[in-house]
Amino acid sequence: MAFNPFETPQEDVPLSPPVADEVKPTTCYMCACRCGIRVYLKDGKVKYIDGNPDHPVNKGVLCAKGSAGIMQHYSPARLTKPMLRTGPRGSGEFQEIEWEDALKLATQWLSEARHSDPKKLAFFTGRDQSQSLTGWWATQFGTPNYAAHGGFCSVNMAAAGLYTIGGSFWEFGEPDWDHAKYFMLFGVAEDHDSNPIKMGMGKLKGRDGTKIVSVNPVRTGYSAIADEWVGIRPGADGLFIGALIHELLKAEKVDWSYLVRYTNAPWLVINDPGAADHGLFARTRDGKPLAWDGRIKGAVEADLSDITPLLAGDYILDDGRRVIPAFQLFAQRFMGDDYTPERAADITGITADTIRRIAAELAEVAFEQEITLDIPWTDWAGRRQDKMVGRPVSIHAMRGISAHSNGFHTCRMLHLLQMILGAIDCPGGMRYKPPFPKPCPPGPLPHGLETAPFTPLSGPPIGNPKRPEHLLVDQNGNPARIDKAYSWENPLSIHGLMHMVLHNAWKGDPYKIDVLFMYMANMAWNSAMNVPDTLKYLTDTDAETGDYKIRHFIYSDAYYSETVAYADLILPDTTYLERWDCISLLDRPISEADGPADSIRQPVVEPDRDVRPFQDVLLDLGARLGLPGMVDEDYEPKYPGGYPDYLVNHERAPGIGPLAGWRGEGGKPNPDQLQKYIENGCFWHEKLPESALYFKQANRDYLDYAKAKGWIADAAPIILHLYDETLQTFRLAAEGHGDHQPPDHLRDRVKDYCDPLPFWYPPFEEAAVEEAAFPLSAITQRPMHMYHSWGSQNAWLRQITARNALYMHRDLAAAHDLQDDDWVWVISHHGRIKAPVKTMTGVNRHTVWTWNAIGKRKRAWGLADNAPEAKEGFLLNHVISDLLPEREDGYRYANADPVTGQAAWYDLRVRIEKCERAEASEPQFPPVKPKRNRRVPILRFGAKS
Amino acid sequence: MTSLPKNPPQKKLGLVIDLDICVGCHACAVHCKEWNTSGHSAPLTDTDPYGAEPSGVWFNRVHSFEVIGENDEGGRTVHFPKSCLHCDDAPCVTVCPTGASYKREEDGIVLVNADTCIGCKLCSWACPYGAREYDEDAGVMKKCTLCVDKIYNENLPEAERVPACVSTCPSNARHFGDLGNPDSEVSQLVAARGGYDLMPEQGCKPVNKYLPPRETPPAPAFLEPKMDASGILGWVDKLLSR
Repeated sequence: MAFNPFETPQEDVPLSPPVADEVKPTTCYMCACRCGIRVYLKDGKVKYIDGNPDHPVNKGVLCAKGSAGIMQHYSPARLTKPMLRTGPRGSGEFQEIEWEDALKLATQWLSEARHSDPKKLAFFTGRDQSQSLTGWWATQFGTPNYAAHGGFCSVNMAAAGLYTIGGSFWEFGEPDWDHAKYFMLFGVAEDHDSNPIKMGMGKLKGRDGTKIVSVNPVRTGYSAIADEWVGIRPGADGLFIGALIHELLKAEKVDWSYLVRYTNAPWLVINDPGAADHGLFARTRDGKPLAWDGRIKGAVEADLSDITPLLAGDYILDDGRRVIPAFQLFAQRFMGDDYTPERAADITGITADTIRRIAAELAEVAFEQEITLDIPWTDWAGRRQDKMVGRPVSIHAMRGISAHSNGFHTCRMLHLLQMILGAIDCPGGMRYKPPFPKPCPPGPLPHGLETAPFTPLSGPPIGNPKRPEHLLVDQNGNPARIDKAYSWENPLSIHGLMHMVLHNAWKGDPYKIDVLFMYMANMAWNSAMNVPDTLKYLTDTDAETGDYKIRHFIYSDAYYSETVAYADLILPDTTYLERWDCISLLDRPISEADGPADSIRQPVVEPDRDVRPFQDVLLDLGARLGLPGMVDEDYEPKYPGGYPDYLVNHERAPGIGPLAGWRGEGGKPNPDQLQKYIENGCFWHEKLPESALYFKQANRDYLDYAKAKGWIADAAPIILHLYDETLQTFRLAAEGHGDHQPPDHLRDRVKDYCDPLPFWYPPFEEAAVEEAAFPLSAITQRPMHMYHSWGSQNAWLRQITARNALYMHRDLAAAHDLQDDDWVWVISHHGRIKAPVKTMTGVNRHTVWTWNAIGKRKRAWGLADNAPEAKEGFLLNHVISDLLPEREDGYRYANADPVTGQAAWYDLRVRIEKCERAEASEPQFPPVKPKRNRRVPILRFGAKS
Repeated sequence: MTSLPKNPPQKKLGLVIDLDICVGCHACAVHCKEWNTSGHSAPLTDTDPYGAEPSGVWFNRVHSFEVIGENDEGGRTVHFPKSCLHCDDAPCVTVCPTGASYKREEDGIVLVNADTCIGCKLCSWACPYGAREYDEDAGVMKKCTLCVDKIYNENLPEAERVPACVSTCPSNARHFGDLGNPDSEVSQLVAARGGYDLMPEQGCKPVNKYLPPRETPPAPAFLEPKMDASGILGWVDKLLSR
């Protein structure tokens, strides 16, 4: 046909090209959300990844990180072979060695530690999704020095939740997206978890009459689509929440029935100041708590169903002790002057009228717009209920309110707000995800006070203390753990304090260690507070022996991070597409509110490098060391098939293994289990019966189901803890009661912060420095397309964000004569950095912020020397101290929450000073690697060959 | 110069993008790149991917910015995804000297034929939306294909035959359908939500539509205090059964 320029010529477009040779399901690992994915393979290579439509977590959607997984998988920053350090630490001088030599050397170092004292090993993992394996491995090795990254992430949220409601947000609970009408999002909750929150917010906004309120110093991401943005001052959330509680209590907008049915609000608290049992619950001889019955006008067992408990009053028990219902103590605190909207307004920067209005909106939705589902259910007492009544207010929070030194009590306060609204596990409220709820606090105690050569711990190192005697401290109150977790300094440090390990090991406080073993944790860079000193901790040598103070450092990761250069022995991991993995109910589950779920990763491609999955390596090391459970009677490896062998055949208790689905008869291991998972898209999800969907804490059908699954010891109702008796036991000890006493220098701290009712106090750094010298809060967040991701070097994602700036309100900038692209010194009590400036309006006026972990050290992560991440990119970490300013007696506490040890990242206070425009940020560190990275001038991924 | 189809397309496939719920997560942009880098206009080349100025071809980009009125204290943050709008009167087509840039008669999708594109970039000057993407390496212009190799692809289950940006969007802010049919779900959505054209004054008659923010429910009156702290003992009379 002749070419006619006046007609539209059309090419022959193939509309149905073949999509893939093969599609394999597995689980994403680009963040901690753990979505189901399908990997499309063409000619043996990964061509395309999309979300698995059947998967309970993401239902077919996939975020930017997940879609950029291809670039992560093929990243030039991947490690390729085991390496042994040849130059000094930090030089990046290594020689490649064979796996057998690497494993022999690791075994030798580990064996020496186990021989002398197993706690000479500190085994800490970062973004580890195999904590049920790594924790068990530490137990069998016999070291208490184990934890993952929770201590510097969101342990305040987790601990407050577990001790208050027997669950928490994210992996433990989620908003009822199908029924909520009012949704409050606190702080950088963004992408804890990733896709479900976006899906949920979209769903909620799709319904008429709903409202989303975002309480966040910065208006980005989710805050941008909130119907209302509340630009709070960092660290003041507790006062805001307290003022909401104040308003609701004064107006009697309280779900009284919920409180007496499901919480310890009516339990009687002994009121006998100075006595050894002051502030504890009055109990019967066999330990049952008491309530005061309004009809019979006397004390009754609080767990009986047919009582009429009072929430206020002052009573005298038969034995003469005075008692007060817990609720009254709570109400007295929050109705007092400390929590008026006016006082909160002064400190939070939110007007009193805004606080009043939001309180009114909460009350209106909870009590005037209650929703009813016609689902009959049976309560804990066996009483049939013909419907489920819900208060459609949902709340979600994570790291934003958590990463402060007042975070534990703030998080607890948030759960108390939910409690008085009756909005926990009701239709429209927050819903537990099985296996939660669990008794407050759940599960095992921490173990590891006693260690001995060749001896496993008597139980897992991580647990939940209930009383002072459960702390891991010796008779003088000295910590048993290298990170001082479960010590008087931070008794409920239930995720450990990974951020203190390097400092303490360097200082030999409480003792020195021989081997530091870390996995997937960038502790020499953006996971460290105070990077410059952290590098000193890793490189400092003992004057006498010439050895490094932290003698051996074994590190496993898939990528050349900043930390690699500081390790002695590198065990290169695979990418997430080359490995078996397990997202276990024994670990951090992926369950949905409608039922439990777990999942696996399967290798979809073979590694093209000499790398091994870390979990295989760990089991191999365990067998070489002869750790109990990892070898058989003949000292042969118990799991010769590596991690997949363990996933199928390991039993933690009879019938209970890493995976819950497709077990054999009576729960026995099923050799076909992994194949069954693969056939089902690599996940298992069981739906709860309809009658068990809500009020799980007191729902007969649910409790029986949970007991049958082995999640709870008995089917008794799970009482929510408005009043936390555990904390009072620590306070009593600090007042001199009992055998377990804190060291004198910690008495006041324990007394002050182990308060059985939550309260707000100024964050420690703010209280310790002069307001005039450091008038601004400085905080960070990760961009949504990089959150919880190992991904700032990702070829696609870094095209979206390769630069960070110090963002500030335009008025604040104007007051300092600053404009976009000017540069400033950011100065804290600890140090200073130089950074470029960007102005905006959607930020609290007393706050500056930046994207975290964009700044990279030169030549790490396979990036070119002139990559903006390494040149202009900066970290606030350099000016965040790992220790608080000295006390009067010279003692320096960790920069952490006094209850949980949570790293107080967002307590940072700074001032800014304009400086000359610059080419590069300061400080700059020498490149981590002597050789240049291979230049990749162009990437034609997917080009037709 | 190239002409638009003689018979204007009756079927107008396009996107409806809900700015009320776009959180700016870039899922659509990256997923688009991921599908299309081995698709009709493969590859979506990246230059200097690990260097100083990483830059590449993206058919879909999300712009995040603040909008501040003159007397507006706070303003608002907007996440604005932008790709080719597959205009009825596409100036990128009529400006093309070789016929490489064309609009399909059967569904209105605007495509570039790489075999006849000479890389003159006239189309990118003509497009008022800046939706064209020049591939320096290949020397041709590239752009959103509306996943023409996915939406009709019989190798995929029917439910998955939607553009990559739509199937992956976590917040359900993106919708795909026939905007030429007033009864289609997308047309109904546009009608119900007051969907609008981007820069209508340019006269390109874009097919894609954007949905504005919704209204927020009115606030109730402040709560009336019933008592102060000293009155808590009034609750002594409150009888509550478990």
